[in-house]
Amino acid sequence: MSTAKRGKVRVERGRYRLDGQFHFPYPNDPIRNEDGVLMGITNPRDLTHIHMYGGEAPFFEGLGQGKLLGTRCDNQNCDANGSIFIPFRIHCPDCLGKNTIVDMTETAQKGATVHTFMITERTGAFNTLPKPIRFVNVEFEGVPTILMGYLSVGEPEIGMKVVPIFNTTKPSYTILDLSWVPEGTNESDIPEGFTFG
Amino acid sequence: MIKFSDKQLKIPQMQRPVFLVTGGMSKFDRSIPEKRTEELVIDSFVEAAEFINKTPAELKEYIHSCYYGHFADHFGDQLLGEAVIHDRLGLDPLGNVGIKTGGATGGSTLWEAFKAVASGYSDCVLAMGWERMDEVPTDEGNNYIASAADKDWETPLGHIYTGYYAVMAQKYWQVFGKEEESFRHTMAEIAVKNRGYARMNPHAQGPMDITVEDVLNSPVVAYPLRALDCCLMSVGASCAILCDEKTAYELTDNPLIIYVSAGSHTLRVADRRDMDIPLLPNESPDQYKDLGERFPGGDRYPGFTSFLAARMAAYYGYRMAGVVDPTEDLDLVELHDAFTISDIQTYEDIGIRPYGEGRTYVESGDCYHTNPHTGEPGKLPSNLCGGLIGCMHAVGATGIMQTVEVGQHIWGRWAEMHEDQSKWDRFGRTKPDDWTNLQVEGAKRGLAISHAGVGSHVTATILVHPDHQLERNES
Repeated sequence: MSTAKRGKVRVERGRYRLDGQFHFPYPNDPIRNEDGVLMGITNPRDLTHIHMYGGEAPFFEGLGQGKLLGTRCDNQNCDANGSIFIPFRIHCPDCLGKNTIVDMTETAQKGATVHTFMITERTGAFNTLPKPIRFVNVEFEGVPTILMGYLSVGEPEIGMKVVPIFNTTKPSYTILDLSWVPEGTNESDIPEGFTFG
Repeated sequence: MIKFSDKQLKIPQMQRPVFLVTGGMSKFDRSIPEKRTEELVIDSFVEAAEFINKTPAELKEYIHSCYYGHFADHFGDQLLGEAVIHDRLGLDPLGNVGIKTGGATGGSTLWEAFKAVASGYSDCVLAMGWERMDEVPTDEGNNYIASAADKDWETPLGHIYTGYYAVMAQKYWQVFGKEEESFRHTMAEIAVKNRGYARMNPHAQGPMDITVEDVLNSPVVAYPLRALDCCLMSVGASCAILCDEKTAYELTDNPLIIYVSAGSHTLRVADRRDMDIPLLPNESPDQYKDLGERFPGGDRYPGFTSFLAARMAAYYGYRMAGVVDPTEDLDLVELHDAFTISDIQTYEDIGIRPYGEGRTYVESGDCYHTNPHTGEPGKLPSNLCGGLIGCMHAVGATGIMQTVEVGQHIWGRWAEMHEDQSKWDRFGRTKPDDWTNLQVEGAKRGLAISHAGVGSHVTATILVHPDHQLERNES
């Protein structure tokens, strides 16, 4: 690995300002068979993408502040008027109007239920969650959609009441900043860095 | 509650009928270090030409436009890979386009090819699909596949697509399977069946002679799914040639009528809102009224238990082809058995069985080539090539391979394409001593389902022998 500084980005006056290195080249290695015949090469690379959250940025910022934000269609001429969307949808899927951001933290704290779940020891490359991972798909009172997340304490069951916890101490600004624990879990039992919001 | 307009539910109309003339496929395997993707594509094209006694050059003279299915640029590590393939096939200066709809890429490629002929744009087209999933180790492959989930809301959660699927499996298992040991046993039967059929297929990479107990004892991937419940990761290519009637009969005496339809649903299961069940021709408006009573928790449609995209592909496709009851009107099916449980879910989505009763398709023995309970031919054999679990899932090729397999049965040429010792030798595979001819005798109509992700895209490809057409039914 090169000792060059890994790239960081900020936006100034609508433009990206880059600092550091965004890709790290490595030499190719030959791949040979047992007879020493050249079959191919390895193609190593290490690069950093620059990814914008756009209109979803408030959601990911909110997690680090202990808030679960959803959105609501307030277009009175739309069949979906009043529908709340978690996952956060910037635009209503029916009328395509701009949704209103709503704070769903309290709703989630009062009435979140596990709709389904799964437990796996297997992960793809780049996984950072501790294994086994316990996915929970969480239903909220009055919300037609069902949010996927992960359970940090206990064993999941369909119908189980859960509450959100947030990585407010050192947020990653990803969906991993939101996790779930069974209702009634003590603060001392939740993962380091997480709070109830 | 979601509602659909009459305009959205219009049954697709073609300007003229479309025919499948031939198709071919390469060897499939977890890795094929000795060949470039282009070589595998050429292998499948040569097989398609030889199938109708043409040289590749002769067949190429008929082709007017080309449709290329390749799911993941990540895996191939080559943007515009379609241009590479097109050049190596020597098909310049014909128009060509790449098609990408995840696991349904093969089916979607046929869908585009079908429309090109149906519209009159082209009289003869190539639909070619491939995937090269051996350029990265399996865990990085899983990360790439997980990149087909929502990258901000899902992929960071374990980078494992199986997990996004398994939550649906868990819900189905609990609601419709009622967590019964007998249901788990039925799931395992599918894995045993498909891996067993793969033993008769020289193209297949995952043949296994196993028992239900072997499946139930295989490592847990995400309960209730175990390793042997899951599909393969593959390398290989498959192609089909579609034509209008006049060109089809110039190329062969025996083309098949082809219909392709497509449906979709949200990429994230999370976003799915409730709706009434769109009904297939063999269903009645009242039959699901008590679904929630019979299966507590099963009244939320499509919820986490059904694939609306598959339902809609069948909704359009059956009415295009005149299929009323798939079990009665079709002779065989190739389903997208990415996981044993999603295979069962699909039986319901495409009307082989009513919602909640998918398991009975397996338990009755109807899904077998030879019904194990009666010794008679299965009523609607499924996945005789081995499916995704036993044959392959070289994603861009899968839906095309399955359609070609269905075609070989209707052409009555399945044995010719699977028995030949020279093919087994060429692929470096040992033909089993108990090799069995899985030809579905008298097959006249068949269906192949191609399915993406947790149900974002699904296509239905229906093949019909021209002498055995059904009356188009739009009711």
